[in-house]
Amino acid sequence: MKMSGAQMVCEALIAEGVETVFGYPGGAIMNVYDEIYKQNSFEHILTRHEQAAVHAADGYARATGKVGVAMVTSGPGFTNAVTGLATAYTDSIPLVVISGQVSSSLIGTDGFQEIDAVGISRPCTKHNYLVDDIAKLPKVLKEAFYIASSGRSGPVLVDIPKDITAEIADFKYPKDVFVETYKPNYKGNDRQIKKAAEAILKARKPLLYVGGGTVLSNASDLVRKFAKMTQIPTVETLMARGVMGDSNPLLIGMLGMHGSYASNMAMSETDLIISLGARFDDRVTGKLSEFARYADIIHVDIDPANIGKLVDVDYPIVGDVSIVVKKLMDLIKEDINTDRYQAWREILARYEELHPLTYNDSDEVLKPQWVIEQIGKLLGKDAIITSDVGQHQMWAAQFYPFDRPRQWINSGGLGTMGFGFPAALGAKRGAPEKTVINITGDGSILMNMQELVTASEYKIPVINVILNNHFLGMVRQWQTFFYDKRYSETDLSYQPNFVALAEACGGIGYDVTTKEEFDKALKDAIKQDKVCFMNVIVSRFENVLPMVPTGGALYNMLLEHKDQ
Amino acid sequence: MEDVRRVISVIVMNESSVLARVSGLFAGRGYNIESLTVAPIPNSDLSRVTIVTNGNKRVIEQITKQLHKLVPTLKVIEHEEMVEKEMVLVKFSSDQNIADIQVLCEAYNGGIVNAGEDIIIIMAADESKRIEYFLEAAQRYSPIEIVRGGIVAIER
Repeated sequence: MKMSGAQMVCEALIAEGVETVFGYPGGAIMNVYDEIYKQNSFEHILTRHEQAAVHAADGYARATGKVGVAMVTSGPGFTNAVTGLATAYTDSIPLVVISGQVSSSLIGTDGFQEIDAVGISRPCTKHNYLVDDIAKLPKVLKEAFYIASSGRSGPVLVDIPKDITAEIADFKYPKDVFVETYKPNYKGNDRQIKKAAEAILKARKPLLYVGGGTVLSNASDLVRKFAKMTQIPTVETLMARGVMGDSNPLLIGMLGMHGSYASNMAMSETDLIISLGARFDDRVTGKLSEFARYADIIHVDIDPANIGKLVDVDYPIVGDVSIVVKKLMDLIKEDINTDRYQAWREILARYEELHPLTYNDSDEVLKPQWVIEQIGKLLGKDAIITSDVGQHQMWAAQFYPFDRPRQWINSGGLGTMGFGFPAALGAKRGAPEKTVINITGDGSILMNMQELVTASEYKIPVINVILNNHFLGMVRQWQTFFYDKRYSETDLSYQPNFVALAEACGGIGYDVTTKEEFDKALKDAIKQDKVCFMNVIVSRFENVLPMVPTGGALYNMLLEHKDQ
Repeated sequence: MEDVRRVISVIVMNESSVLARVSGLFAGRGYNIESLTVAPIPNSDLSRVTIVTNGNKRVIEQITKQLHKLVPTLKVIEHEEMVEKEMVLVKFSSDQNIADIQVLCEAYNGGIVNAGEDIIIIMAADESKRIEYFLEAAQRYSPIEIVRGGIVAIER
């Protein structure tokens, strides 16, 4: 069938089953927006900033497991989207972002709103395309969805010049896709898997180290079964919160810079790390030379470049976590002796008793950890929790009782402030039956607060719980510990009126200073069909603990909570 | 871990911006490029990029893995048993002893490729190390300009 490039874009999105596109129009992408206007197959949500459009598509992808789609125009439209691309890239989130580009004849002339989009996005996309010929457009779109969602998933940018979206050509959307140079390996090498199985049977103190890859691989059920069958204790990374379920007796907790004492000690004393979809990030390992000194390492990862990147690996297995875990289970189910690890489990239980995750609650002032626990009590497994970046993010990861994967959505790798609110909008669109709470701070929330308008227009009632300590709290914490309390540019005492801000944009605001007020406000907010800002004033100088100072060994944690 | 020199051939789709993907990867991840040559592979839609780099074992392993991860990359060859050649062009004044220069070039698989009124141009093609010896030896004839080509390599 003959059609314009713009129509091809819409037809491809429909063929891919896309339900929601987040975006913002502009000159170079107008042809496509004209076609969006004419169709009824998918909805378009107009965010109020391109960065938010990409974060919203990202939140949608994380909540649903589908490919998120965002659309932006050339030049500043695209550059605004870059932070969103980089955020998704670092956390391996499948996105297809379509950007307009100036007409082919203007490329390279410093035309109005021209910028080298593929050049800028090369290091922060899994792959990108500048479409130079309309004949290639259908195949490029098909490939974009395939590459975004296969192997180690990630964002793909398709940059389309305006003359290409106007041009008419034959359209046939490919059914199959074959990229000769791109063949992800899912199966894992059977010989390595067999060796790994033998190592597990021989270990005394094995530890499951579970990362975000298990979420992306939808491997949570299998990993839970694997842990149950073997009775091997488990630690989760920040990106894997929810994979095991917090009521799981085999879950020791989250490890890393703000991980629990028992989790970090488990990592420091284990004799066999079974790493599933984790990548030994510096926030997890602490000082590398001191990391897991007694351990052999089984590293299961879909991305071969992750294996051996930071630590030497004894059993490298390139493959999909689901497939490899299944094979491991088949290999060890006959011979597994769960008693073998009993002494190890007892050691870790003692560590959990010795230094549980805790805080000093108060009746004078709200503690941020209490607020998060209280959200957990009221909503538990029914909510999706998104977060921004900083202290509130760590407290949410520590104190919210997560029950399932995809319940916890945060920018773990890039650490993007301003991610939480638009991601919450995307998550709510993807899972409308869930209550979606963005746990945020008084710093982060201002970085995409314009999305109040989007939330109101499209009636996306997400609840922003602003843990307001009048500080850029995490930076302030570092200044307290490592910069002799010189609070350089972190004091946010000058504040907007959050309630008025929400109301001005069609939402609801709550000022909260006590436990009673918080309970009341949250219960009320859940019933509303409006977006809300809940301005929760919390104790100013609360620190996130435990803490492994940067460059320190994982087993050297600051533990004590002294109220200031 | 000590640094080693490595010659890596990357077979990529011959498409726009593929060289930027390869070189950008080196720049972005802080890897060294000592030399880089690129040319299409005859009778195919592929190109061969030959890169000389150095780094410790872990870095070299990362380089090859990251190169392989690029979507248009078909194959990454970390050369071990190879024949490698680098070409150099050098310009001398015709006042120099041309016969001597010619003999020197011949020792390095080269010869005079252009002779004009004022200058002569020679070429030599050999392993990089030997090209350096050649250039040292050529110093006594006061070369006016030296152009090195970067290396190409083929596995034995």
